[in-house]
Amino acid sequence: MATSAVPDLNAAGLKRDASLEQFRLFGLSFPALALVVVVLVIPVAWLFVLSFVGADGAFSLENYTRMVELKSYRRIFLITFQVSFITTALAILAGYPFAYFLAQMPPRIANLFMIAVLLPFWTSVLVRTYAWLVLLQKQGLINQWAISLGIWDEPVAMVNNMSGTLIGMLHIMLPFLILPVYGTMKAVDQDMVKAASSLGASPTRAFWSVYFPLTLPGLFAGALMVFILCLGFYITPAVLGGGKIIMVSMKIVSNIELFVNWGAASALGVVLLVIAGIILWAAARFVRLDQLAGGGH
Amino acid sequence: MYRTTALTLSLALIASSALAEGSLTVASWGGAFQNAQSKALFEPASAAMGIEVKQETYGGMADVRLQVQTGAVTFDIVASGSGSAARAGAEGLLEPLDYSLIDVKDFVPGTYSDYCVGGDIFSTTYAWNTATFGDAGPQNWADFWDTAKFPGTRAYRGNSVAGALEPALMADGVAPQDVYKVLDSEEGIERALNKIRELKPAISVYWTSGAQQAQLMKDGEVDMATGWNGRFDTAKADGAKVAYNLNQSLLDYDCFAIPKGAPNKDLAMKFLAEISKAEYQDDLPKYITYGPTNMKAYETGEISPELAATLPSSPENVAKQLPISLEWYIKWETRATEMFQEMLTE
Repeated sequence: MATSAVPDLNAAGLKRDASLEQFRLFGLSFPALALVVVVLVIPVAWLFVLSFVGADGAFSLENYTRMVELKSYRRIFLITFQVSFITTALAILAGYPFAYFLAQMPPRIANLFMIAVLLPFWTSVLVRTYAWLVLLQKQGLINQWAISLGIWDEPVAMVNNMSGTLIGMLHIMLPFLILPVYGTMKAVDQDMVKAASSLGASPTRAFWSVYFPLTLPGLFAGALMVFILCLGFYITPAVLGGGKIIMVSMKIVSNIELFVNWGAASALGVVLLVIAGIILWAAARFVRLDQLAGGGH
Repeated sequence: MYRTTALTLSLALIASSALAEGSLTVASWGGAFQNAQSKALFEPASAAMGIEVKQETYGGMADVRLQVQTGAVTFDIVASGSGSAARAGAEGLLEPLDYSLIDVKDFVPGTYSDYCVGGDIFSTTYAWNTATFGDAGPQNWADFWDTAKFPGTRAYRGNSVAGALEPALMADGVAPQDVYKVLDSEEGIERALNKIRELKPAISVYWTSGAQQAQLMKDGEVDMATGWNGRFDTAKADGAKVAYNLNQSLLDYDCFAIPKGAPNKDLAMKFLAEISKAEYQDDLPKYITYGPTNMKAYETGEISPELAATLPSSPENVAKQLPISLEWYIKWETRATEMFQEMLTE
């Protein structure tokens, strides 16, 4: 009789401990949770409600129908996706090889290069954006040097257009790609690659058949992060696009400033949020979302 | 809803009364413009009245709207463009001004309204890079549009329709006095937009601020730009190779307004009365080439005849320019902005 009471007691005690621990964990995460609710959930919900309020203050779908009726909205969404897509593609092309190089270096040297990635990451986006303006403009450093070195004769328009926007965005987005990719690369078991080689794979074959697939989760996480951040980007396209690259975020600002219309701006925000949500949902089928935070192992 | 508003309001009141008794918060546009206002108007007037004036920069009437709607008004005075002030006043965002306190009898006619008292007169003009075109730059808007006669890149207004359509119509051959008659319909606005479409291949930048106008000309990024005359003069003083011409430019004024429910409304009114006096306004052109709205400012001897002749408000220059029509902006600005932005994304 006594022997059966002990496991019961044990189980009850364990259960109590577990619920206590859960409660403590909840208590610890409560401030952060409350903050998220107060500064994120409530405003977003409010935004959502506002988007259905027309200019006259009554319930209306006008903020959404306007997006369908006016051609500019379609063009703005198109440009936003175009810029986001190209930036992500460029970030993969530039970031993956760099992360690979970092992962192959001895730690001391890798750390040095990592600082080169992180230092701009810690610098204000505004400062970096204006720095690009100074470098890229018609009488800017790059044009001046290229002309004095005879690389080209006439100033090349590198800014106040699409290319300037892409250069600036790429520079700002690169760390978001490099960091998760580097994380997965460091976690790859090098013995796998060696095993591939010992089984007769050429280095190229070993890379593409073994190493690359193992780093895909990190690459996917990084690319997704870059793409979604690009969708809502404001300052860089506003400064480097010369007023010709109009993205959704800029339209939100102009709707607020010019049309006295929180509803119109909110509707744009809601559409952008829904699109980002759909992308995340689709992505969740391929990659674990917690890997988006970096690391990937 | 009412209770939260009342709560925010009383919190705002407590917060503001915690400051010094005689204290005002003034918001303006920053840059060379606010610097000039500060030196000529705000600082001397606050010293004379023995009050503290805190300065802020702001993003225009959208900020005032937000403050008024949430019942948390922190600005006592805002500097504004005449057109957006007229709209904001009609919308109920501003306090009516007390002209028994503010003396405007010597003001240039039309430079004050129920809700906004003029602080300076400026011009939206066309500037050119003297390194590209020398002194013989464009003499009118048709020249600004003429890319055969003046090959080179242009900068044009991007974020707002203010001062963006009138030049296009004049370039299209409309006489200045008929511009607002033609613009008084969607067809007329479309005509102006078509003229801008024509210039689009040459427009390399659409500017969004006065500071950007100055930067574009100073860095030689464009060969010609529309913009505010004072910003170009500041750029020139800063070493930019830039000149402008007031012929067919758009004569406009900046003004001061009090947001509805401003924490120190009465003091703000007295402060506006003070800075509207000629003895302050006569210093403004020393810091930026904007003319005073109080004509008595020309008589104090502070503004030399040479300087006066260069200001947009000198009689000679006024005759060359097209005064902005506030009525048109109140009636058409929202629709015109929508059409203008459609055109920009094409």
